[in-house]
Amino acid sequence: MAEQIPNNCRYTQDHEWVRADGKLAVVGISFHAQDTLGDVVYVELPPVGAWVSAGKAFGVVESTKAVSELFAPVSGKVLKVNEALVSNPQLVNTEPYEQGWLIEIEMSAPEELGVLMDAAAYETFLHSTH
Amino acid sequence: MPEKTPLFETHQKMGAKLVDYSGWMMPVQYVSALKEHAAVREAVGLFDASHMGEFELRGAKALETVNRLVCNDVSLCADGQAMYAGLLNEAGGFVDDVIVYRHSAEHMVLCVNAGNIAKDWAWVCQHIAGSGVTAENQSAQTGMLALQGPKAVDVLSTVGKLFSGQAVAQLKRYHFAEGEAAGIACTLSRTGYTGEDGFELYCSASKTEALWWALLEAGKPWGIMPCGLGARDSLRLEMKYPLHGQDIDDNHTPFEAKLNWIVKMKKEAFLGKGALEKQKEKGVERLWVGFVMVDPGIPRTGYAVFHNGKQVGTVTSGNFGPSVQRAIGMAYIDSVCAQDGTVLEVEIRERKAKAQTVKTPFWQKGA
Repeated sequence: MAEQIPNNCRYTQDHEWVRADGKLAVVGISFHAQDTLGDVVYVELPPVGAWVSAGKAFGVVESTKAVSELFAPVSGKVLKVNEALVSNPQLVNTEPYEQGWLIEIEMSAPEELGVLMDAAAYETFLHSTH
Repeated sequence: MPEKTPLFETHQKMGAKLVDYSGWMMPVQYVSALKEHAAVREAVGLFDASHMGEFELRGAKALETVNRLVCNDVSLCADGQAMYAGLLNEAGGFVDDVIVYRHSAEHMVLCVNAGNIAKDWAWVCQHIAGSGVTAENQSAQTGMLALQGPKAVDVLSTVGKLFSGQAVAQLKRYHFAEGEAAGIACTLSRTGYTGEDGFELYCSASKTEALWWALLEAGKPWGIMPCGLGARDSLRLEMKYPLHGQDIDDNHTPFEAKLNWIVKMKKEAFLGKGALEKQKEKGVERLWVGFVMVDPGIPRTGYAVFHNGKQVGTVTSGNFGPSVQRAIGMAYIDSVCAQDGTVLEVEIRERKAKAQTVKTPFWQKGA
């Protein structure tokens, strides 16, 4: 499962992951999320400089079969958005934890990470709900 | 409980994602809807279409009875020819859209949509009463596979044969014949819902699984892929083929759906004719158009469509078109702004995204 649920990320119940490094946090959706969605064909992300709030929608990911909202795992300012997804949204499917990342946030409250699940807890969560 | 096709367990075993589709547990995809779509456009794909319904009508007056039920003219078909048609209500709206298979003037088969089997069956029974024509609902006993793509003919030629002795490849578009594939008796029909060359095979429900595996095996040299409803939807979308219950329904007529070619007003009497005559005289108020997105975003069923700031319609179907590589959609809009090239705005999550009506189909081979 390590490939599908990396240990260096924390996870939300909505299947986003966040990988923190100091005050910076990269956000994406989990292997499970992309697998459930199917082929991703469109991603809508906030502009650089926008503020996102933990638990609030910050964008949308659309697959051939569904539209799904993206919820911010942590609060902060958007420093970068993954421009590669504009022309190649399928990176979310093929590399959900690497080239398929969504946004990078400068966290305003890094302690919010504490309430998120670690890899082991997320794996248990997946098994309990699916 | 949703119904299951004879291939339900096969789909499960093959790892397909199953969803409840109009009351049927169907595979939405096996591996990837995009890859399955591409397989059909470039080579060949195989779909389980066993959820579709089949009604067999027999009797001395089968031809005239069916011709009174549908808006297209089955008398223009030769025996062994299939025809797309509308089963209309008195208001001219679609009870369903169907394929009529003319075996002979005394023997017709209607292929109807899965979600409409019960409704259509009641409708047909009600309207053939007194004609002397007998109808049999064969839906549960019939399996149906769709082998679609430019290589479908090659695949079927290796395992299929027609009892007439004619080569499978000689079967013309929208014609069908009795035969067998991998030793399994079936009706081979050169029809489909993808815009590609291909066949739809009707066989006994109990033989469907054997036929499925035989075709997948025969298709290996051409890279055949089992395909789900995801690919089926994006393929038909790129062709602007309507999906009943979404693009056409009881409240929309063939004229509004721009399916005038399936309405033969010169035909004597058929259900819905009176209403269509009136509509023709008055002119239609809304038309079903295809549009492409100019701004980013994907149009989805139910999204509002605007023109010059005023709502002029609603999206019926939309998605990303994998072969045309852009977001496409269809909508009923006020007929005054339905000409090609009209700039529209589609409301996507409170944002108005620019779109433009275009000539359809969206996708054309070699274009």
